[in-house]
Amino acid sequence: MSAESLTYRLQKKGNFANLALLAIALGLVGSVAAYFTNPEQFFHAFLVAFSFWTSIGLGAMFFTMLHHLTGASWSVTVRRIAEQIMMGLPIMFIFTIVLFLGLHSLYHWTHVDPATDAFLAVKQPYLNEPFFIGRTIFYFVVWSALAIVLNRMSRSMDTNPTARTFQRLKVVSAIGMLLFAFTITYAAWDWLMSLDFHWYSTIFGVYFFGGAFLNALAMITLLAMYLRKRSDLDKAISVEHFHDLGKLIFGFIVFWSYIGFSQFFLQWYGNIPEETVWYLNRWDGSWKIPSLILLFGHFMAPFVIMIFRASKRSFLVMKVMAFWLLFVHWVDMYWLAYPYFTKTLYKEGVLAKNGVLFSWIEPSLMILVGGVFLFVVWRQLSNNPLVPVGDPKLEASIRFVNH
Amino acid sequence: MSTETVTAAAPAIQTYGILAAFKNAGDLLHAAEKVRDAGYAKFDAHSPFPIHGMDQAMGLRRSIVGYCAGISAFLLGSFGFWLQWWTSSVDYPLIIAGKPFNSYPAYVVVTFGLTVLGAALGALLSMLILNRLPQPFHGLFYSKQFEKFSDDGFFISIEAGDAKFSETETVRFLESIGGTNVEVVRGE
Repeated sequence: MSAESLTYRLQKKGNFANLALLAIALGLVGSVAAYFTNPEQFFHAFLVAFSFWTSIGLGAMFFTMLHHLTGASWSVTVRRIAEQIMMGLPIMFIFTIVLFLGLHSLYHWTHVDPATDAFLAVKQPYLNEPFFIGRTIFYFVVWSALAIVLNRMSRSMDTNPTARTFQRLKVVSAIGMLLFAFTITYAAWDWLMSLDFHWYSTIFGVYFFGGAFLNALAMITLLAMYLRKRSDLDKAISVEHFHDLGKLIFGFIVFWSYIGFSQFFLQWYGNIPEETVWYLNRWDGSWKIPSLILLFGHFMAPFVIMIFRASKRSFLVMKVMAFWLLFVHWVDMYWLAYPYFTKTLYKEGVLAKNGVLFSWIEPSLMILVGGVFLFVVWRQLSNNPLVPVGDPKLEASIRFVNH
Repeated sequence: MSTETVTAAAPAIQTYGILAAFKNAGDLLHAAEKVRDAGYAKFDAHSPFPIHGMDQAMGLRRSIVGYCAGISAFLLGSFGFWLQWWTSSVDYPLIIAGKPFNSYPAYVVVTFGLTVLGAALGALLSMLILNRLPQPFHGLFYSKQFEKFSDDGFFISIEAGDAKFSETETVRFLESIGGTNVEVVRGE
């Protein structure tokens, strides 16, 4: 089995791209209808979809940089998939326009008078529209630049592998990792935490990151399984690589839960009204359901299932778990973005009682943003080798076995 | 007369097993496969460093250390949770920070800590027990050449207690698979 005789190119293209286009078309119709019927819910549904897909791109970028920095060899064969998922980030730049259009619908700090709100008066130098827009543009400039540079350098190794590129990938990753840590933290604060601008949690960015990396791993697992049937990727990615992805998935299930509990625990114990209200909003009426789904579905059940070696080495368990994790990650984003919105609607008398608000609008936005994201990722996967064929550690990665 | 005294005082000499040296890690790995295939069960491979794939080559089953650690973690974690519940809501209920007696979120930190401790202790103790450690003496220490196992020697030892063990046959077998310095290890 020599690597040279294999092309590692997508052979059976299938109708993935057409499905993505169909999702975009349906999503677009639904989204436009939603915008004209219920703009407030439209923008909140958009925020959930936008956070969800951006977080997956970010997690994939973290995976790529982590790979370069640690000099890992097992992950070479799955790295290219991560590198293509992160190419969804530059396209998400376009969607920031929708975010900026929805500033007033989403963020109450844009129209509350600081003179009447002591919290906002203090936070005004940070929470103001020009700075918010500037920061979001800055995040996407950084992420797009990193994604494009890392991707391009890695692809240049396919045809012309040099020690210099190999070294420069590490340098870019080192700088990128530092930028990533700051930008993802501030992005989580800006987009999701500032919805309820009285509330604050310093660990919030880490919580967002935990979910992001976990679901990038789930997405890599699913794409790897899908692509193995459509190319000779099955010669490169074996059960051993899924086993290692499974270990990381297990680790980050625990990490996400640890951070989520750390955030909850301090606020629950401290019992200060402006902190606990955030959790109170998520325990009001039917909001208990998503809260419990997160506790049992995002932590307990996956923890118990994924702790076993046999689960990580089973394609079926890994596939079902990856789909499930993507679903609960969506619940997580929804759980972060919606409760303050429904509470406001309840106070305004729009809703008879506070609780989960779900209609055709949320799926419409999910498939629109997701369709665009996955269409770009799929185009990248179709046009390039599915593994970094020039990487000096590729052979070691293919032969990798868990002992 | 003196001869008789010496014979009477000398302890019985017993055979511990047979030791064979191999040239390098690769030879050792393949030799282990052949010993396994020949049907020997009580044998061991000795090398100065861990060799990947040796578990399969020797036909060893997966270690149960992981399960021991898991059970121990569960038991100690449950005990920690139970003790906190019992002390703070049954035996000596106290109102702390205006919270209910059974404020289970507060128990999580200690429960988590004890679960990790349980896993660590379970892994360590089960590893020692399964390895039959600490073991200050082993019959192979009678062999002079065996000292090299922690330096540059690669050995296979087949224990005398093995069902297929035979001093002549086993020596011939080890020589046939490329073993050198084949030695029947005897001692007191």
